[in-house]
Amino acid sequence: MTDPVIQIRGLSVAYGSQQAIQEVNVDIPARQITAIIGPSGCGKTTLLRSISRLMELVEGVRVWGQVIFEGQNVYDPHVDVTEIRKRIGLLAQRPFPLPMSIYENVAYGPRLHGIRKRAALDGIVEKQLRAAGLWDEVKGRLHAPASALSVGQQQRLCLARGLAVEPEVLLCDEVTSALDPVSAQRIEARLLELKADYTIVLVTHVLRQARRLADYVVFMYLGELVEHGPANQVFHNPQEAKTRAYLEGEFY
Amino acid sequence: MGKRLEERFFLALMVASMMIVVGSLGLILVTVVVKGLPALNLAMLTQAPQGGYYLGKEGGILNAITGSLALAGGATLLSFFLSLPVVLYLQLFARDARFVHLARLSLDVLWGVPSIVYGVFGFTLMLLLGLRASLLGGIIALALLELPILVRAMEEVMTMVPFELKESSYALGATRLETALRVVVRQTVPGLLTALLLAFGRGIGDAASVLFTAGYTDRLPTSLLRPVASLPLAVFFQLGTPVPEVRERAYASALVLTVIILIISVSARLLTRRLTRHVIR
Repeated sequence: MTDPVIQIRGLSVAYGSQQAIQEVNVDIPARQITAIIGPSGCGKTTLLRSISRLMELVEGVRVWGQVIFEGQNVYDPHVDVTEIRKRIGLLAQRPFPLPMSIYENVAYGPRLHGIRKRAALDGIVEKQLRAAGLWDEVKGRLHAPASALSVGQQQRLCLARGLAVEPEVLLCDEVTSALDPVSAQRIEARLLELKADYTIVLVTHVLRQARRLADYVVFMYLGELVEHGPANQVFHNPQEAKTRAYLEGEFY
Repeated sequence: MGKRLEERFFLALMVASMMIVVGSLGLILVTVVVKGLPALNLAMLTQAPQGGYYLGKEGGILNAITGSLALAGGATLLSFFLSLPVVLYLQLFARDARFVHLARLSLDVLWGVPSIVYGVFGFTLMLLLGLRASLLGGIIALALLELPILVRAMEEVMTMVPFELKESSYALGATRLETALRVVVRQTVPGLLTALLLAFGRGIGDAASVLFTAGYTDRLPTSLLRPVASLPLAVFFQLGTPVPEVRERAYASALVLTVIILIISVSARLLTRRLTRHVIR
């Protein structure tokens, strides 16, 4: 296992009085795809979103424990949360382009972080649209509204938008579940390419997808981390009875 | 059979209610047009009252048209700049749910306050400040009247913004303010515009709040500190005279007021269509 980029230590999250995840400890390896799997409601998404402190946007959520990102606890009160979110990007389940043009969607993040020069923005937009595999489809209509794209294209636009702030980590929350098979396949191909440069954490409820993509697997059940390890090991030789049961399709 | 009869009976009731609603609107429009149109001429729209206007002689209501536009325009602008921060605060920043609730409750109460109360309040305020009846005074009173409408209507629109859209912005490292101004406002532009027009419509049609605060004059508005005329008061004063020609002009003035509101609504619709280009559904 390569050095961990993110070390999660004793992480618990509660919505009001309801505990969503409890005492999670896991290391996320660098430049690999880590898949978080488990039945629905097991806390996969909560765990994922806690990494870049997105859970605190939801009213009534409390978080304990630490997420150590490159030696720094993300939950340290002195940490600039916008800086953390810039370095740890998110690709959500359903694409939500911002209410602006295709170009402006990609340029939004870089603009926030101080890039103003047109030439620099043009370069970023082209580079990231290419990285997301969307450039050829939109290069002639960069200033058309993003809402006019198909859902599959919108998801790739959201990928380009996320990449444009040059994050080190990409959190992917069931990113293909709203897409048709062809679009889903395209996104998967992108993720496999991107892991050369990015650490990817992927939540998925599609086991086959996890098998196709994951290098490292985290299995969650009822808010607890049951098992984690290299994909080969977890899929072919699970140590825990619950993991085995889930992999064999006894519950979803 | 009984059920079908029941259904028909209630259908008839619904249709009757619809007729009453649509019919009243039609009747109002017909009355205003039939009684106002004969008195309406170019001079009415392009001239201020001349000597003897109120006895049926030469002149028009340009003073009231321009005055009303200045009053309602100024008030809408003022209350917009007052309410946008309030709305953004309530929507994106406020942490204390009880405070937000209290704020909304007070706005709802303010919404229900009769406009004459705003007029009297504005008048008291002006006395305190040493101001006399003026365009500025009218703008302030009308802005108070429009404020709750604007805040609540704008809030309504912003509540509809999907959480995921805001999250997308935060996830890129945007602050609350950046998200508010660059994403939420842009997403809600059509709704904000509708809210502005709603407020403008309420403002331009209100007589009681400008009665004491803006006064009335035969001159065109030239200064924030001078009194201005307004269309609702033009209707009121002209309808109160014993001269039949002048009473006809009251209906003509009402027609002008109605047409202004109509033009604004329609152009808003057209403008909204252009602005929805980028909105995410």
